[in-house]
Amino acid sequence: MSDEVDKSRRQFLTAATAGMGAVGAVFVATPFIQSWAPSARAKALGAPVEVDITKLEPGAMMTVLWRGSPIYVVHRTKEMLDQLAKNDENLRDPGSEESDQPQYAKNEARALKPEYLVLVGTCTHLGCLPKNRFEPGTVDIAVAGGWPGGFFCPCHGSKFDLAGRVFKDVPAPINLRVPPYSFRDSVTLVVGLDESDKKGAA
Amino acid sequence: MASASDAQTTRGTGRWARLGTWIEARLPVSKFYQAQLLDYYAPKNFNIWYFFGSLALFVLVLQLVSGIFLTMFYKPDGVIDAEGFSGAYRSVEYIMREVDWGWLMRYLHSTGASLFFIVVYLHMFRGFLYGSYKKPRELLWIVGVLVYLALMAEAFFGYVLPWGNMSYWGATVIVNLAGAVPWVGTALVEWIRGDYSIADATLNRFFALHVVAVPLILLALVFVHLWALRTVGSNNPDGIEIKEKKGADGKPLDGIPFHPYYTVKDVVGIGVFGLVFAAIVFFMPTVGGYFLEGANFEPANQLSTPEHIAPVWYFTPYYAILRAVPNKLAGAALMVAAVILFVFLPWLDRSPVKSIRYRPKFWGFALMAFAVAFCGLGYLGMKPAEGTYVLMARILSGVYFAFFLLMPFYTRNEKTKPVPQRVTYHA
Repeated sequence: MSDEVDKSRRQFLTAATAGMGAVGAVFVATPFIQSWAPSARAKALGAPVEVDITKLEPGAMMTVLWRGSPIYVVHRTKEMLDQLAKNDENLRDPGSEESDQPQYAKNEARALKPEYLVLVGTCTHLGCLPKNRFEPGTVDIAVAGGWPGGFFCPCHGSKFDLAGRVFKDVPAPINLRVPPYSFRDSVTLVVGLDESDKKGAA
Repeated sequence: MASASDAQTTRGTGRWARLGTWIEARLPVSKFYQAQLLDYYAPKNFNIWYFFGSLALFVLVLQLVSGIFLTMFYKPDGVIDAEGFSGAYRSVEYIMREVDWGWLMRYLHSTGASLFFIVVYLHMFRGFLYGSYKKPRELLWIVGVLVYLALMAEAFFGYVLPWGNMSYWGATVIVNLAGAVPWVGTALVEWIRGDYSIADATLNRFFALHVVAVPLILLALVFVHLWALRTVGSNNPDGIEIKEKKGADGKPLDGIPFHPYYTVKDVVGIGVFGLVFAAIVFFMPTVGGYFLEGANFEPANQLSTPEHIAPVWYFTPYYAILRAVPNKLAGAALMVAAVILFVFLPWLDRSPVKSIRYRPKFWGFALMAFAVAFCGLGYLGMKPAEGTYVLMARILSGVYFAFFLLMPFYTRNEKTKPVPQRVTYHA
């Protein structure tokens, strides 16, 4: 046996040990990082909610809570729907190409049934609640023909039309989100449940 | 090698002296005291700007003590009951109204938070004035910036704990900033919150971060900051190195022992600071909504955003930068950049001279423009994001970034004045 130290062997063993240690550290860190994900309880409390829309008159809005966020349900009038197409040129994403909505809401009215608008009522900028300013002309906005009616976020001034589509030159990057939803019958809206989910669940 | 015989400072042979010798051989306490306080020489020309480091340390201790006592009565329970209140909000009311002296502990803690930032901002500005970030103090400065970052995190988490409506919506806005990160933003926000909106889970983890994790990091960073300071020594208003001119005894000619000279000076500073502190705590603890915001005296409400969301004053300069940009990702990125730029200051400033006293007028002008931009942004961050305010915020953001990014150009060929060999005094 030689008294000389095999440096390269020592270096290899040190590196291999350190490498294994690093892999182990990643494994150990995983449960701690994972623990921050929404818990089983939070997920259970995030179940779909049913909304009775019988009393929601044309032109009115109601708010329900789903997953801790307000959900805006608006019964749009014919005038409100007719205005939508006229907003297009002032909007950042009129066709909802970049925005977040189920496939069935990726249309002009951004809705399953055009007269009922269902939106997650948190601003896509930083999560404040945009206020309903449906009356045309009530918000100072540089839009040809003036404010057409929609949502206005008081925190940072983001503006959205009556389909939740974002206007240009405001901080919000995309249109208001549309949650997954469906109609159980003509007067009951279910927020958080798709038509496709229903088939899957049945 | 230190042994029992050379480690002691002999003070007789009595029982206590022997105990001292016994300890010294095992834990060189008096050696440490000798090296760090008596043999540590600081420049003798310190002025009023040199109070704020020790004041920051004083506030840190005050925050730890008042915070420990608040923890004894506070409950991090964010579940909102049928009456619209949460355990957390009720426990803060309990501290304010029913715990003996609870109001004092809370006002000490809330006032301490704001005054912490005041002294830290003045401490940092001192660095700008006298070039304290320049060689050989680059790491001292960078560790200081890390202390500032940890302090911001600590202040934000603490702000959420009372679970008032401003806590709730402030947390919503700040956490959603992480959503601007490309690709993983949405998942990241959900991971931080632990729920689909800011909720009880969020409050609990922020409590843990506020009372355990961030304070540990903060203390470690402060230790490293002081360690680096003791290694390179303090800068001074003339920006010259006192270690370069030493007397026959090997001590800097322009230095005086930290103790008793500066310990005594700092105690006077703490006395004066304490007067201001007490006046705020006892006579105007909310400072008209600047230290404690009115909207936070309402419980958290998921269905009602406060009419006007503004962070506490010490974050408003960055908040104004965020809002000045009509693009979420760019706004968030600029806000982060505004803070991170401090790290690069030692290399952005190319002037060979440290102190503003021997630098040209233009540097003074640039520094003043930066200070005005910072304070102006702070003011604008409290105002609604509309019309002229946004325009002004854009202009001042431009000044803020120009100060840093153009610095290598306007400091490169500075016509500096001759720097003195020894420190000077100004009346």
